[in-house]
Amino acid sequence: MPGAIYAEGLVKTFGDVRALDGVDLDVPEGTVLGLLGPNGAGKTTTVRCLTTLLQPDSGKAVVAGLDVLKQPNEVRRSIGLSGQFAAVDEYLTGRENLQMVGQLYQMRARAAKARAEELLAQFDLADAADRPAKTYSGGMRRRLDLAAALVVSPPVMFMDEPTTGLDPRNRQLLWEVIKQLVSGGTTLLLTTQYLEEADHLAHDIAVVDHGRVIARGTSDQLKARTGGERVEVVVHDREHITLAGEVLAGFGKGELTVEEHTRKLTVPVTGGAKLLAEVIRELDVRGIEIDDIGLRRPTLDDVFLSLTGHVAEIKEAESDEQAGPKGRGQKTEAAK
Amino acid sequence: MSAISDSLVITRRNLIRMTRIPEMVIFGLVQPIMFVVLFTYVFGGSIQVGSSTSTQAYREFLMAGIFAQTVTFATAGAGAGIADDMHKGLIDRFRSLPMTRGAVLTGRTIADLAQTALTLVVLAIVALIVGWRTHENFGKVLAGFGLLLLLGYAFSWIGALIGLSVRTPEAATSGGLIWLFPLTFISNAFVDANQMPTFLRHIAEWNPFSATVQACRELFGNLPPGFKASDAWPMQHPVWASLLWSVLIITVFRTLAVRKYRRAGA
Repeated sequence: MPGAIYAEGLVKTFGDVRALDGVDLDVPEGTVLGLLGPNGAGKTTTVRCLTTLLQPDSGKAVVAGLDVLKQPNEVRRSIGLSGQFAAVDEYLTGRENLQMVGQLYQMRARAAKARAEELLAQFDLADAADRPAKTYSGGMRRRLDLAAALVVSPPVMFMDEPTTGLDPRNRQLLWEVIKQLVSGGTTLLLTTQYLEEADHLAHDIAVVDHGRVIARGTSDQLKARTGGERVEVVVHDREHITLAGEVLAGFGKGELTVEEHTRKLTVPVTGGAKLLAEVIRELDVRGIEIDDIGLRRPTLDDVFLSLTGHVAEIKEAESDEQAGPKGRGQKTEAAK
Repeated sequence: MSAISDSLVITRRNLIRMTRIPEMVIFGLVQPIMFVVLFTYVFGGSIQVGSSTSTQAYREFLMAGIFAQTVTFATAGAGAGIADDMHKGLIDRFRSLPMTRGAVLTGRTIADLAQTALTLVVLAIVALIVGWRTHENFGKVLAGFGLLLLLGYAFSWIGALIGLSVRTPEAATSGGLIWLFPLTFISNAFVDANQMPTFLRHIAEWNPFSATVQACRELFGNLPPGFKASDAWPMQHPVWASLLWSVLIITVFRTLAVRKYRRAGA
């Protein structure tokens, strides 16, 4: 049986740009899929196709057991969408916004009113309930937006970069809400540029780049693909680099890399903290003074870099020059 | 059923917005009041209508024209409002909800109708102050205002289509206004169309706007002494012509606007 969110071969072009180039997804009921990718990778377009806002050129999409293309209105009853930009009416108060959304989900006025009250309390907006949303802080608007998406407690939720631009405190708050939601059985598709966020919230991660899913798996599986843990040492004296290299090579399970100017040596290892202790002892015995040493597990940043050849997030713009001719050029030709 | 209730929910939203931005409503009142005062005192007495050059005859003749011009300005408001909505995240929320597709537009046009009604009330009071009078029974006068509201409602659908077709709210405002000036001036609104050159006179007689103006003059009893309506059908049967024009505009532009809304972003 396909999952609560299922997509097969979604393609969407805007003029010459192939925004989606055959996206496949399968999100089992009650789980969270993190859609991870840089700006322009196709995350938002994917969400817009799955939430009936955009019609894909080809492909298949099923949400909550309903065909997105054939039964869009039924799909809309079963989903909640919280977008990249807080989709609230800034001249309406928080309460009026939530009531309006409730009524547009076809709730009766009284039920919508009661539900708005609950949500305002749950999202810590009760004090601001009767102020126009334009007076809200960024974090409050996001919370109101998320509350609006949850008015009917939809079984399937879509969140498009829910924490982009939020301060750490508000991000934490939103994460807590999302975790509660998921523990209640909601299926969630979450897009994010923050690798940490996907790591933190998602059961599975799909890495998207140039309109395709280029890798999927759990956070641990993806990290394992990049290689396991490694030891990183920064020696105090430049003269000790060669000697330290010999020591590390003895413990290493792969190629040693050396950065002369930062006096940093890195080598892949297995054996964890116990091995780290042995390395430290050996360096000490040889009289090598060190500034820093640590066991590094790969971050999703490393995963991204190894998968796409460019770093995620804002650095996208800088790497465009390298990625451009290679990635984009090929695709434009394919589109023709 | 949900088509009506959804539209009313959106109407309510837009009415609440108007109370939160009262300056929009107030500025909407200033221009027509200025027109009433300027035309009455600047042109009054120097423009011949029918066989009369009396200031009072022109005042009464003029008001239906200014009322009608005022209601057509709802076009710009509806256009700007909808263009503004379309460029905010809120429209994604609406489009992801299980609501009737046309409700966002219908709700907006109904709210604009409420604003038009308010504007007409204020304008009628100002007109009475400067000396406008009706000479028919109350029912007919109300029917005249009914035709004005219907015309305004029809024009707000033109505005809706403009609002959906442009990139910015500013473009919708100017795009909603510029063509209104020729439309309302090449008509019987401010002068007697019978005195226009033949070519313009034909345009003026078949102008949808002229039909409503002429209908209101009849229903208000504001036709000047010695005034002879032209033989063109809309001028002979202005009430029917006004109704038909408005219904036609609503049907055509509502269909186009709702279709455009559905396809927006797709």
